[in-house]
Amino acid sequence: MKIEDLLKSPSEWVRTEGPNGKIVLSSRVRFARNIRGYPFPGWAKKAERQKLLEIMRPFVEGLPEMTEHFSDSMDNISAILKQVLVERHLISREHAAKNVGSGVVINDRETISVMINEEDHLRIQAIKSGLQLKNIFKTIDKVDTELEEHLDFAFSPKLGYLTACPTNVGTGMRGSAMLHLPGMVLSDQINQVVQAVNKLGLAVRGLYGEGTEALGNVFQVSNQTTLGEKELEVIDRLNKVILQIIEHEDNARMTLLEKKPKLIYDQIGRAYGVLGNAHTISSKEALNLLSLVRMGVDLEIFPATARAAVDELFILSQPAHVQKAAARKLTAEERDTWRADLIRAEVANIAKPNLGDRPQLDSGSAESE
Amino acid sequence: MLCDICKKNEAKIHLSHLAEGKMLKLDLCENCAKAKGVDVEEGFSPSDLLVGLGAAEEIRVESPGAQCPVCGFTQADFKKTGRLGCSACWETFSAGLASLLKAMHKGDHHVGKVPAKAMHTLALSGKVRELTERLDNAIREEKYEEAAQIRDEIRELESKMKRTGNATRSAG
Repeated sequence: MKIEDLLKSPSEWVRTEGPNGKIVLSSRVRFARNIRGYPFPGWAKKAERQKLLEIMRPFVEGLPEMTEHFSDSMDNISAILKQVLVERHLISREHAAKNVGSGVVINDRETISVMINEEDHLRIQAIKSGLQLKNIFKTIDKVDTELEEHLDFAFSPKLGYLTACPTNVGTGMRGSAMLHLPGMVLSDQINQVVQAVNKLGLAVRGLYGEGTEALGNVFQVSNQTTLGEKELEVIDRLNKVILQIIEHEDNARMTLLEKKPKLIYDQIGRAYGVLGNAHTISSKEALNLLSLVRMGVDLEIFPATARAAVDELFILSQPAHVQKAAARKLTAEERDTWRADLIRAEVANIAKPNLGDRPQLDSGSAESE
Repeated sequence: MLCDICKKNEAKIHLSHLAEGKMLKLDLCENCAKAKGVDVEEGFSPSDLLVGLGAAEEIRVESPGAQCPVCGFTQADFKKTGRLGCSACWETFSAGLASLLKAMHKGDHHVGKVPAKAMHTLALSGKVRELTERLDNAIREEKYEEAAQIRDEIRELESKMKRTGNATRSAG
């Protein structure tokens, strides 16, 4: 299929209908694999990379999971569309920088993507909405076993799957989940959680934004180690930690509502107001405000039907998606205008915040304590 | 707090990593973090940082002058990129990599998935080991007839392993 057809509708995982979808936006598992006897992509010469791409690509395209797929060499994909793939988590930033000799194969539902000649010869990944790491692991394990019938993977009995970077050797597996944690950010608990999770050998980082800032209150939790532990043990550990984070986030939101309801209603109301009326908005501001409206949906201040629109806007308001919608390259100012137009139109369909019989003025005393 | 590397700029990136009960802490400024290959986008992977800071040194000490006979990769290349050249590099630089892996992972050997082909070879080589032991015993006990039988069995298994090895290679 053509990339235009693939990208026409938002990825399946964006619709957060999966288990624990209120807090866990999506889960992802990837395997790193290499072919015995060929240099890793970063060290291989262009001709070697091209040759190996030709060898591997038909097997990837022939996977039963890839019956309907998009497949192309990276030099055939425009810079903006590569960036769109990055924003949809279908390829890595590093892979977007690749050209001749690297490729990508993605199934029509955008749940499985295989990067060819990224840092390793193969990066096989699956992504689904909500928290379902074990399911995803099963999918990717099957795909891996199917590929293994045709390809001779570099494997050592002692060190497992051999990878370009020592951080991936062993299982070559990285599992991760994207979590929406506005409650813990607003109540200043996020740093403690990050530190606690780091101590368990897992990494937490902001998903959007540069450096240490986490735009949109979206964080990614992933395993750091790949040697000395079975795949399912790692998945299990990740799962347990994420379930705990979900509990903390729920508690943080409840505590905020009890102690500072005005602050929460004010922030959500203002976010709704700005998104519904802005005529120019940066992606940073958009992500942060969308996060608050999303929490408003969770707290039933907005109707549940608004969730799909807000989740889509998380992706559609990112720079490459805005330019794809405009069908041309835009300057930063133009992007901000386009983005505001897009968001305004969507937010117009969401009913005004409804606080119902929630604690209002009388709870003000709790705040002044 | 100043950066641990340049000791000049304010440290903005703080990494901590628990390995073998020891807490590793690093505070870096953005420039040094970037220079050391800490991919801020990819997150704070302490292991990546270890690759950048100490690992290349260790490899140099433990495998002086080593060059991968298969792909020509050297320790200097590893220092530059933090990545290896090919799967054979894992053998070439194994001495230096061992301590690095110990620092960044939970264990020093793989316990996860094994490709079916490798599983077959693994099983065969286990069998060969067992037979070799029996062969030694038979010789020690001067049971030469039994020894000859075991020797033939080992030869057969070894040729079988060779055949599967070739088959997988040609399929790749």
